[in-house]
Amino acid sequence: MIKARGLARRFATKTGPVDAVRGVDIDVAEGELVGFLGPNGAGKSTTLRMLTTLLAPTAGEALVAGHDLLTDPAGVRRNIGYVGQKTGASLDQRVADELEFQARFHGLGKHDARRRVAGLLDRFELRGMEKRTVATLSGGQQRRLDIAMGLLHEPRLLFLDEPSTALDPQSRRNLWEHVRQLGDDGVTVFLTTHYLDEADFLSDRLLVIDNGTIVGEGSPDELKNRVNGDLVVLGTPQAALVATRFADAAVDGEKVSFRIPNGDRALPGLLRDLGDIGVELHSVQVHRPTLDDVFLTMTGRSLREEANVA
Amino acid sequence: MLRDTWLVFCRVMLPVLRNPVVVVFGLAQPLLYLGLFGPLLGAGGWQWFVPGLLAQMALFGTAYAGFSLLPEVRTGVMERLRVTPVSRVALLLGRVGKDVVLLVVQSLLIVLAATLFGFRASVGEVLLGLGLVALLGVAIGALSYAVALKVKLEYVFASVLSATIVPVMLLSGVLLPMSNGPQWLYWLSRVNPLAHVVDAERSLFNTGPVLFGLLSVALLVLAGVFYGVRTFHRESS
Repeated sequence: MIKARGLARRFATKTGPVDAVRGVDIDVAEGELVGFLGPNGAGKSTTLRMLTTLLAPTAGEALVAGHDLLTDPAGVRRNIGYVGQKTGASLDQRVADELEFQARFHGLGKHDARRRVAGLLDRFELRGMEKRTVATLSGGQQRRLDIAMGLLHEPRLLFLDEPSTALDPQSRRNLWEHVRQLGDDGVTVFLTTHYLDEADFLSDRLLVIDNGTIVGEGSPDELKNRVNGDLVVLGTPQAALVATRFADAAVDGEKVSFRIPNGDRALPGLLRDLGDIGVELHSVQVHRPTLDDVFLTMTGRSLREEANVA
Repeated sequence: MLRDTWLVFCRVMLPVLRNPVVVVFGLAQPLLYLGLFGPLLGAGGWQWFVPGLLAQMALFGTAYAGFSLLPEVRTGVMERLRVTPVSRVALLLGRVGKDVVLLVVQSLLIVLAATLFGFRASVGEVLLGLGLVALLGVAIGALSYAVALKVKLEYVFASVLSATIVPVMLLSGVLLPMSNGPQWLYWLSRVNPLAHVVDAERSLFNTGPVLFGLLSVALLVLAGVFYGVRTFHRESS
């Protein structure tokens, strides 16, 4: 569905050229839900804008939905859906009008357009809002309208740029269910996000981008397994003693933390051994690695602070 | 491309049709000129003043058109449309079409209002006059959208407009005959294509030479649409 080689974009700025994307290779198979994860400014949106014909690459090439990005952008546009970061419906337009015009811009006749609009109104829970202007919709409703507009021509490939930004938790969850449903229907979805939970929930496979380069790739579980085991935190007055028994253990007052593979299964035996040498324990915690740990091991920086702020 | 232009035209026209009050508000300024400035020119002034007023409406009515594009650029509307196969030329011309239709309707209403003050014209003259106004609207509208797309920020666009429209209007002779002034001012007005269009508009209603005006408006349409189309292609390749 997507095959990009050496895709790069350099922007000229007053302080000199900036390489927003430094040559990325991307392969997405039909039917995959692929998440593009990275902090703000990593090059996610720039890459997405190149893949959707909005921005010309300064180097590289790509085949998107069977059409060459550079020589046949119109062919790409006919076969992809795109839902941008910001809302794509005019505030002064009515919901049904925006949908119908969007369908007709994709070449559908009036009759077909109306039929598709009706189907998507039901599917995205926008029934009854046809005649309301976009300005009167809630954030979650506007987002669902955006996605519906991206689907009117029934594309096999849908791009979503930060789909749940600025949504309340309930609307996010609802949006995620809709996106998963698309995946179940066989639509290939390529989405950018800087939310770990979103990437974790929505993606079959993740591409991690940092500073314009892809630094990691794999399913959320594969990536988590690359972090060296689960984090175990023991509360004990003999923290220093326990620390000597594990590589890279960190002591913080009466807490000692270290990583072991398959922590949930290794823990009972480990606790028995510690008991045998007379270690007294107050508390035990096991943390599965999060995508934040993944990002931290890959880039040396944490995603979490940004995700929490946003 | 024609189908796309028609679709873009319908899309931007719908909110106006649903809320036609906007058209009436657009009439406020020319009505004020008609009521508060026109009488200063004396009883015979109407035949001279009203055609110029129509050209002025074309200038003011469509030069600000670019403002309607900026919110759509800032939100994701333009972006969403650009990822459809819709023709880039249609994205421009459909919008210009809306502005020109509104301009023609408003001009017609002003002509009707002017007859109450004593302005007289035949149906043919009115049709030709409105045609010229529409062409001028196409040129300035296309230019306005292109400049708006280039500068992107409302406050920059507003200062670009005020810095260009006022001198262009003053040097077009819509308010007073340029020949009343000193030679240098008259020659300065001859460099202004709008002055020739204003002259042609007056000639259409009062018989006189229209050649220079028609050439000017043709050049303006070519330049405006060429620049507009080029900008829409570049900024949304």
